[in-house]
Amino acid sequence: MTIHLSIILWLPAVAGLLALLLPGRFARWISLLGSLLVLAYAITLLVDYDRAAGGLQYVTDIVWIRSLGIHYALGISGLNLVLLATTAVIFTASAIWTLVDEPDHGKPGIYALLMGLAQTAVMGAFLAQDLILFVVFFDLMLVPFYFLIVIWGGPDRTSAVLKLFMYTLVGSLLMLVGAITTGVLAANGGEPSFLLADLAKTPLGSTAQGWIFLAFALAFLIKMPSFPFHGWMPDGYSNMPIGVLAVFTAILSKVAAYGFLQIALPLFPDAAVRYQELIMIVAVASILYGSAMAFTVDSARLVLGYSSIAQLGFIVLGIFAFDGRGADGALLQATNHAIVAGALIFVVAMLARRAGGSEKLSDMGGIAKGAPAFAAVFLVFSFALLAMPGTANFVAEFMILLGTFESKMVFAFIAAIGVALAAFYALRLYISAMHHRVGAKVNSFELTLREGLVLVPLLLVVIALALYPQFALDPAEDATSRALSAAQQVQASGSETSTTAQGAK
Amino acid sequence: MSFLLAAATPTAPNIDWAGLSPLLVLLGGAILALIVGLAGSRAIRTQVVPLISLATFGAAIAAVISLWDQSIVLIEGALQLDPLTLILMLVICGGGVVATLLAWRDQAAEEIAHGEFFSLMLLGSAGMFVLVASRDLVTTFVGLELLSLPLYILCAARVREERSLESGLKYLIIGSVGSATVLYGFALLYGATGQTGYSAIAAAIEASNLAADPLFLTGVAMCTVGFAFKASLAPFHQWTPDVYEGAPTPVTAFMSVATKAAAFGVIIRLFDVAVRPAVEAWQPIWVAIALITMVVGNVGALRQDSMKRMLAYSSIAQAGYILVGFVIVTDLGVQAICSYLVLYSLGNLAAFTVVLARERETAEGDNISALRGLGTERPVLAVVMTMAMLSLAGIPATAGFMGKLRLVEAAAAGDYAWLVAVLVVLSVVSLAYYLPVVATIWRGETQPGTDAASGVPVLAGGAPDADAANGRAGWELTLVGVVLAAAVLVFGIIPQPVFNLVASAARGLGLS
Repeated sequence: MTIHLSIILWLPAVAGLLALLLPGRFARWISLLGSLLVLAYAITLLVDYDRAAGGLQYVTDIVWIRSLGIHYALGISGLNLVLLATTAVIFTASAIWTLVDEPDHGKPGIYALLMGLAQTAVMGAFLAQDLILFVVFFDLMLVPFYFLIVIWGGPDRTSAVLKLFMYTLVGSLLMLVGAITTGVLAANGGEPSFLLADLAKTPLGSTAQGWIFLAFALAFLIKMPSFPFHGWMPDGYSNMPIGVLAVFTAILSKVAAYGFLQIALPLFPDAAVRYQELIMIVAVASILYGSAMAFTVDSARLVLGYSSIAQLGFIVLGIFAFDGRGADGALLQATNHAIVAGALIFVVAMLARRAGGSEKLSDMGGIAKGAPAFAAVFLVFSFALLAMPGTANFVAEFMILLGTFESKMVFAFIAAIGVALAAFYALRLYISAMHHRVGAKVNSFELTLREGLVLVPLLLVVIALALYPQFALDPAEDATSRALSAAQQVQASGSETSTTAQGAK
Repeated sequence: MSFLLAAATPTAPNIDWAGLSPLLVLLGGAILALIVGLAGSRAIRTQVVPLISLATFGAAIAAVISLWDQSIVLIEGALQLDPLTLILMLVICGGGVVATLLAWRDQAAEEIAHGEFFSLMLLGSAGMFVLVASRDLVTTFVGLELLSLPLYILCAARVREERSLESGLKYLIIGSVGSATVLYGFALLYGATGQTGYSAIAAAIEASNLAADPLFLTGVAMCTVGFAFKASLAPFHQWTPDVYEGAPTPVTAFMSVATKAAAFGVIIRLFDVAVRPAVEAWQPIWVAIALITMVVGNVGALRQDSMKRMLAYSSIAQAGYILVGFVIVTDLGVQAICSYLVLYSLGNLAAFTVVLARERETAEGDNISALRGLGTERPVLAVVMTMAMLSLAGIPATAGFMGKLRLVEAAAAGDYAWLVAVLVVLSVVSLAYYLPVVATIWRGETQPGTDAASGVPVLAGGAPDADAANGRAGWELTLVGVVLAAAVLVFGIIPQPVFNLVASAARGLGLS
């Protein structure tokens, strides 16, 4: 069976275009249909991907810009297989949300087109096997979100979106310079090629690796966001429409985490080892800062925003432990967090409906009283967020900490505090919204059928992952060990020289 | 008698008329436009003259294409027809076509008469040909003046409007200072080397080791300053915002593309050929100019209400980016400059087209408030403007991104990665003035009639009669805008044709 990745990649954009061209009342349906087709395609990939063989499969490779040696190269590996399916799930959930739960906000065709473009760009970043193609899709992801926020965003949308754009583009444009320099230096005067496979064969000199790695790291850390590069996050989160925010918080941050494994570690192993502790410090700082902020802010949205900073900190920590289990855990956690965070964003919108339109925790309280089923669903997601044993999040965080413990024990100890803090903020979110004294404006009602259509599928995914995390971990193991091998070699040779030096003494 | 003729013939220069055809076409078109512009019938004046201009630019493009990939030395070494000349002429004539369409039913052409207006535009383009093709100091100066003089007049074309006159006068004074500086520099170069031909100058520098000669270096410095004036590079850019704002919009659009291409053409040829042996002496200065220009352009464009002023500063910033391709002095750098000029001009012209359309449709002039509600009112123009802004900002999937990609690649290969890092950080600043335009287009609801109250008061020189006369923008603006926006998108996705076009750009320069 031949599967063309170009089809799944461009399908959402095409569906979006159709939605724009056909009468507006069909737009949301076409958008949903498009994302369902992508989901079906992604599931086919999940089943069809040869796990025993591993490696890069379904490769498409066409020369795109001949003068610069840039290829349109796509491929599926254990790294992006599950993330691609996760993307499809979240975009489908968002399309359902837009169709059944959101009031008509005008211009449904443009909305559908922009969401389609966003999905294409995100999947492009996941699938790209050429460095420049990756950077192009990585930057392109932002453009539809700009319009989505400008047209449908909150009251401060213009300044919020400008801040978001400027922050993230500083990183991604420096990354572009780094990417091109990588290709030019690797070509060494010959014909450049930006295929990741070619670039990995010719590692750069140590000095060049240093600044290029930092450029990539900066781009990824801003996109996640990670402390202290999260300046765009509070305004950005507060002003995004719900369907957009769910996608943004669930998926875009994961592209950045994926970038570390796919690009930064294999291409710049020397620098990755050199800056390992720096990145781990950033990760741990993000965990602590994000947890502390999530524990104090009043806006339910921002609780999730700051909790994302903390969760992404865990993912980075797992990757930079340079230990197979840490990276596997990080990849699993990327999927877990995407599903849970996306679902909780919808939950926040549903809470706001029951609290007189306010997303402030201080205006909520006692919502559980009239909505036991809703409370139960919310509780499951909260438990997943705090990584309760029994959820896949627990497995993932456990593996991350195990990997970190093996390589950098101190960081593991500090990060473990973050696990406890997660319980604090997740339960605070749940309890102050659902229990406590009934808020002044609260008018609680049970989970409606429409809301259920959004939340229940996500709930099923969470449960499935909890029952059988191996399904997501399995393809990752081989791929992460490939991604880490270069850095592990550097580390091993580094420690060898230091032990021989000690031995000589 | 016959022996006299025989004695005279050998001294006459050998002229390759085919090679000169673009120049001849432009000059012929200029004369024809001037004559037809005298016709008694108003219909002929207002319709046929622009058509002549359009046909002339079209014929010039055809002549350029027929000469494609040739390298000929014309008129005894005064001019050189090589890929660089031809590529830049393509940009200039393309800009001419767009500017003609923009000016077709414009008030500016009405006020100084159509014959003069289009004839001057064609003459200016002829000057640009001479300038980019020249390989001799004397021809360079002739080209420079032939380019500048028509533009001084065109800037003041709206003779009943104070801002336009001010713009023309300002351009005349500053431009003359620039020309004088260049001329003085040329005199010193000639004094130091004893040569006027570019290759001969280069040979003389190497032969008598002039790279550190004070007379020679002063000449180079004066040329640098003079051309920095002409190309509006900081710190010699102060005239640009005022002139861009005051000049009629079709003229501004033409200047921002064609003049820029011509100025960079001559800078490349003079510095990469004539004074290249002294590259160590001038390279650091140009790096500094590039840095200052990028900073000044990007910072100056912030918080501008006038779209034309914003685009003026943006064009200064873009000139700074182009300099990054210039200072590395490599083959790849020249290719990058040419692709950048081609790709950047698409977005830039599209932006001016929409600004002009809104000048005609609303009473807001070129103020950004004229764009409010464009997304619902004129969705096609809104998409055009959006593509233009995204392209100028260098967002992926637009032509501007591919232009920047080439510059980054050339700079990285030329060991100037740090300069290009500065470029990208500053181009993030540029988002702060491009994106609000996009936001204004798509978010704001139209509030007819009340907009002026919130913004800047309408200027006295706003010529309300002109706006009243032209309630509609005209289909040609929409057409031009759509074609340009489509080109922005297509070349943003498939840039290889442009890269093929410029592949041999530096062949006549002998760079590595």
